[in-house]
Amino acid sequence: MSVIDIKDVSFAYDKQMILDNINLSVEAKDFLAIIGPNGGGKSTLLKLILGINTLKKGSISVLGKEPSKSLTQIGYVPQNTNVNTDFPIKVIEVVMMGHVGGKKPLFGYGKDEIMCAMGALAQVGMEKFSQTKIGSLSGGQRQRVMIARALCAHPQILILDEPTSSIDITGQKEIYELLKMLNESITIIVVSHDISVILEYANKAAHVNKTLSYHDISDKKQTFHTHGDDEHFCEIELLQMLGAESCNTCEPETSAKWRETK
Amino acid sequence: MIEALQFEFMQHALLAGLLVSFAAGIIGSLIVVNRMVFLAGGIAHTSYGGIGLAVYFGLPIFLGASFFAVGAALLIAALTMKKRHRMDTFIGLIWAVGMAIGVIFVDLTPGYNVDLMSYLFGSILAVSSEDLYFMGALLALILFVVIFWYRDILAVSYDSEYAGLRDVNVKFFYTLILILSALTVVIAIKVVGLILVIAMLTIPVYIAEKLSNSLFSMMFLSGTIATLFTLGGLWFSYTYNLTSGASIIIVSAVSLGVFLLFHRGK
Repeated sequence: MSVIDIKDVSFAYDKQMILDNINLSVEAKDFLAIIGPNGGGKSTLLKLILGINTLKKGSISVLGKEPSKSLTQIGYVPQNTNVNTDFPIKVIEVVMMGHVGGKKPLFGYGKDEIMCAMGALAQVGMEKFSQTKIGSLSGGQRQRVMIARALCAHPQILILDEPTSSIDITGQKEIYELLKMLNESITIIVVSHDISVILEYANKAAHVNKTLSYHDISDKKQTFHTHGDDEHFCEIELLQMLGAESCNTCEPETSAKWRETK
Repeated sequence: MIEALQFEFMQHALLAGLLVSFAAGIIGSLIVVNRMVFLAGGIAHTSYGGIGLAVYFGLPIFLGASFFAVGAALLIAALTMKKRHRMDTFIGLIWAVGMAIGVIFVDLTPGYNVDLMSYLFGSILAVSSEDLYFMGALLALILFVVIFWYRDILAVSYDSEYAGLRDVNVKFFYTLILILSALTVVIAIKVVGLILVIAMLTIPVYIAEKLSNSLFSMMFLSGTIATLFTLGGLWFSYTYNLTSGASIIIVSAVSLGVFLLFHRGK
């Protein structure tokens, strides 16, 4: 069963074409990685799925409805969670922002809402910090809180935009392990630069750079030999996986950067 | 100081100080967390246009300033929602044009010779009963809005994009915060004047931010701290015969310095 269907979607800001004739279908319980260079249209695609940007050409259906009508079933973790860290707000209050619609009490928060938010915090292993000021958490902890906020609405799809961009290596691994666990019941879509880590956890990959190329990588263990049980794929394997053509032509800068860091 | 309390003008000043401090504490918190400080400065100076108009047409000053400030707030809201990246240009523009309108209308007013300084630097010792009613009504309105819509205002202030995805009317609350800021600026002009109003909206808030772990406690604490500063400033002003608005701001600034000295590294 597909939960998101994108058909013949094109999108342009002013006259600049960002997405050109995109087709994508996301199956229930997929772990989809959306990768591609900066400015390639990844975030635009996300915003279309979330209904933040309005669609001009093509069609998108999320859980069989228009994107803006199925917002309550999508959990969204935005890109930059390090802004506004001075804001005086407790973790539990951030999580409770995830609640949607329904009956809200006249003042303050309802008991059921607090219970639900604590449950979401427990799911991400952050229940101890419910009364902590959000600014005093580490980047990885804050990211978990944002995931809890998204889980608060009991979503069927969880969408994360660059979830590990400002987190240290251990923190990144923990976030992906958490997502893997959540993936047992929820469809997960992750936009990321960090392709080696993400391809270890994802079973589908979409490379977006104006156009979209889709890869089923669920059988990667058979197709590609890894250097060891725990190691990441090396860059050549990744390039092979994504089609060397698209990587050499689309992102020469990025490839050069990988080489430098190795 | 105690013997001064028997004078009506002093009682009015204290009451005005209390009402305005709490309004400034609550709205100042929203202004600071929403990064609207420059915007509030723009509205403060623009409201001078309303003062000029009110003087020219013989209207109550509060009324003229309020209408003008709210008008400026709505204009800024409309402009910044469309082109947020040009916000600073628009604010700077409205800031100067509003003041210019005020100056021109005061020039045009025949035989006008009221002390302009009282609007630029405040005149808390000349607060009338009507002024107090206006201040009281505004504080009541602010309390109502903030308590009733606390969650929505919190959501919009913390993460407006996410709030939008959760069906919160971001534009409505953004505009509401701006309108309340405009009205708060107008009453604060009476206490510290339009040039100094920004300090009153930010210094207590800055201290409270460091000591609070929720928006609600930040607002309450800001109001309390602002009240202390206002009373302290008034005492200095009365004892040493200094301008009240400036005394309040200097007391606030010195207290902030002391606070930062002791709070450093925490």
